[in-house]
Amino acid sequence: MSKLSRPQIKSIEVSCDHCNLPVPSGLIEPEAELQFCCAGCKAVWQAIHGSGLGNYYRLRASQGVDGTKVRLTGRGYVEFDDPSFEELHVEELDDGTKRTVFLLEGVHCAACVWLIEKFPSIHAGVLEARLDFGRRTAEVRWQPEQAKLSAIAHGLDRLGYPPHPFRGGEDEKQRRLEVRGQLIRIGVAGALAMNCMLLAFALYGGWFHGMDAKFRDFFRWISFGLALLSVVWPGRVFMRGAAAALRTRTAHMDLPIAIGLLAGLLGGAWNTYTGQGEVYFESVTTLVFLLLAGRFLQQRQQRRAYDALAMLYSLTPGNARLMDGDQIREVPVTSLQCGNLLEIRSGDSVPADGVLRTGKGSFDLSLLTGESKPVRLKVGDRVHAGTVSCSDRVVMEVERTGAETRLGRLMQLVERHSNRAAPIVHLADQWSGWFVMTVLVLAVANYFFWLQTSSALALEYTMALLIVACPCALGLATPLAVAAAVGRAAQNGILVKGGDVVERLSHPGILLLDKTGTLTRGEISVVDFAGPKRAKSRIAALESHSSHPYAKALMDAFGAAERNITDSTAGSDGGDSHVDTREEIQGSGMRGVIDGQLCLLGSMRFMNEQQQHLPAELKHAVEQFLDRALTPILYAEDGLVIAVAGLGDALREDAKESLQQLKASGWEIGILSGDHPRIVAAIAKELGLQASQCHGAVAPEEKLQWIHKHQSDPNRPVVMVGDGVNDAAALAAAGVGVAVQGGAEASLAAADVFLARPGLKPLVELIQGSSRTVTVIKGNLLLSLGYNTLGVILAMGGMLSPALAAILMPVSSLTVISTSYRARTFRAAE
Amino acid sequence: MNLIYLILPIALLIAAGFVFAFVWATRQGQFDDMDTPSMRILGEDDEIDVGPAKKVESNSPGTTD
Repeated sequence: MSKLSRPQIKSIEVSCDHCNLPVPSGLIEPEAELQFCCAGCKAVWQAIHGSGLGNYYRLRASQGVDGTKVRLTGRGYVEFDDPSFEELHVEELDDGTKRTVFLLEGVHCAACVWLIEKFPSIHAGVLEARLDFGRRTAEVRWQPEQAKLSAIAHGLDRLGYPPHPFRGGEDEKQRRLEVRGQLIRIGVAGALAMNCMLLAFALYGGWFHGMDAKFRDFFRWISFGLALLSVVWPGRVFMRGAAAALRTRTAHMDLPIAIGLLAGLLGGAWNTYTGQGEVYFESVTTLVFLLLAGRFLQQRQQRRAYDALAMLYSLTPGNARLMDGDQIREVPVTSLQCGNLLEIRSGDSVPADGVLRTGKGSFDLSLLTGESKPVRLKVGDRVHAGTVSCSDRVVMEVERTGAETRLGRLMQLVERHSNRAAPIVHLADQWSGWFVMTVLVLAVANYFFWLQTSSALALEYTMALLIVACPCALGLATPLAVAAAVGRAAQNGILVKGGDVVERLSHPGILLLDKTGTLTRGEISVVDFAGPKRAKSRIAALESHSSHPYAKALMDAFGAAERNITDSTAGSDGGDSHVDTREEIQGSGMRGVIDGQLCLLGSMRFMNEQQQHLPAELKHAVEQFLDRALTPILYAEDGLVIAVAGLGDALREDAKESLQQLKASGWEIGILSGDHPRIVAAIAKELGLQASQCHGAVAPEEKLQWIHKHQSDPNRPVVMVGDGVNDAAALAAAGVGVAVQGGAEASLAAADVFLARPGLKPLVELIQGSSRTVTVIKGNLLLSLGYNTLGVILAMGGMLSPALAAILMPVSSLTVISTSYRARTFRAAE
Repeated sequence: MNLIYLILPIALLIAAGFVFAFVWATRQGQFDDMDTPSMRILGEDDEIDVGPAKKVESNSPGTTD
């Protein structure tokens, strides 16, 4: 009789050798040197080491980043060799080599750049692989005689980077040209500003020590030329913005900037021409440069959002296997029509909505419904695009395609809500609008006041006022603080797409979380196991030929045990398991004979039916599993149950602590899940959340309604945290959508924030960092407003000459820049 | 001091040369990806301890003649 081990309640922390995530307790192999959390990680580890690229792990460790859980598709990528695919995505170069661009899943750190760019050294025929980290695209060049594209794609897949054809299109090219244009403007403005400044220093020198009028005028004319160039070339964007503001009669930031630029340029030109007074060309050019640079930083975030959208389009399946009589052809999804018969193989994602015609099998609906357990479908049942077949080949008839499918409609919801007008008017815009109006009114009043004394003085003091009141610091305050905070957040693995997110997260509201993949890991695994080790290998032996999703989880957990046992104890008692018979009892479990012993594996009901005895100790374990919403799978030998495995979706380690921290700071927390209400209730209880706020069996469309329902109070932002396409519409509609690591990369497109580190701790950091950032922004605005107000008062009192104003003006900008970058907005949560 | 009439335009011409070099480089796409190059440099000098990488498919020519 074997000894029974006590059911483990809490696992010892063992991390996976590939991805560094904790290994579920059921999967830990005490004897093994290397530990893996899943079969995918193990396969990738072997692939990387087998190619002599073990340096990847060292490089990654030096970066202080963890890996991500591997998604191995194991696909053959045969459609990549199809001539129609080549025509669309492959470019033939003059030297006979071919080139294509892939979008890669799973790229997350500098070590990935190294690994992918080392790809040519491990794959014959591949000449070059260049990764663009920001866009997650890899440009691959290869020798068509030596390597097939399908083999290259499979090779990348084996390293843990499933490739997709990149479909950026025309839009992408257009955006790239736009970014280049912005960069050129910044560069030119910078060069002009620096040269102007050099000349200005000579003029300052002349001011103090005296200078021949002819040299002074020469320097001034050259400065004027540079400033004119700066205003008409890079500075044109402000003129255009100001003109638009005038047309629509709104007080836009560009208006005072344009007035200030023109006043500086024309006033300086007049003084240069008449050979008296002061010139302000260096302030004009520096202003153009600083403002352009500030805007570029701000728009960087928006560009990231576009990249994510391009990724979304590339991830949806592009091909389907059409059955044409006896033949099967790969066709593009766009050519599918109602009534077409499609073949779906195991692991394929369904390309259209339709009805199952032959074969039956389990489908992973998690993309659409968030349900963690695969669902069994039979002939006549409806299947939806985006779901993944887990079992053998099935045939389906197409009913709806493309945008008509449920997935397509969800995507449309995502797009519509992503383009929504921001309900919050930016703090800075609000303030600077008023500020601009005030300054303009004051300038006019000032001019007429001093006109009574002298017209030359009136012009000079008004110009000083316009220059010193230039809302440069005011305009820089928000984008700079946000850019600094977002940059710091990115270093901590929190990718924020827009600055408004930071503003919205700064005060507590309602936090709604998805369960599967967000609070939990998102896949069925063996969470807990009670019983002797010997049972593991037998369970694996029984399940080794089954395609049931539970069997997969058990095999992932115990498959290694099976080998270890036979290897280490070969010949001794209980060694080399020999399976005599094995049969699957549909919907109940497995029955087999191993080494002459009758072995049964299945649910409680199945054990009762088969009249297997359940000892009290294991009965206790089963009840405990049920309380934790785990599915118990029992294993019996010769009429006696000796082991129980608890299968389920394990809760993330830091979930409870993180949520309690947020609750303490005033957030209201709820769960919106597509999973069974009973499971949701168990999770809510474990996390200490109010049951009334936690809802199960919520369809994707209903999640959207929940969001709308909570959005009544504008002062309490609704934050949705999720991971899948089923959350996408809700993520887009919520005040702030947060996608978590490990989820479908598609949810990135809909979310405003992506947490690139596992768990919920980054969420706490995000929320705390946001409120700190808003404090910095408010401080900056007050500082620059106070500074400008003081300057305006001095100028109106006639105590400020334009030259002094031009020297003082950049000081406020510099203050704002230093407070923005000095502030420690984002840091790891304690 | 009159030399300044010559030197200043020359200095500006040199500056213009650099500006055009920058514009040209930008139009060539040199600044399209500003994230990856900083990471690429990390992995470049550790070839020595890796040893020769194995090829997935052997492409060493056999004695075909």
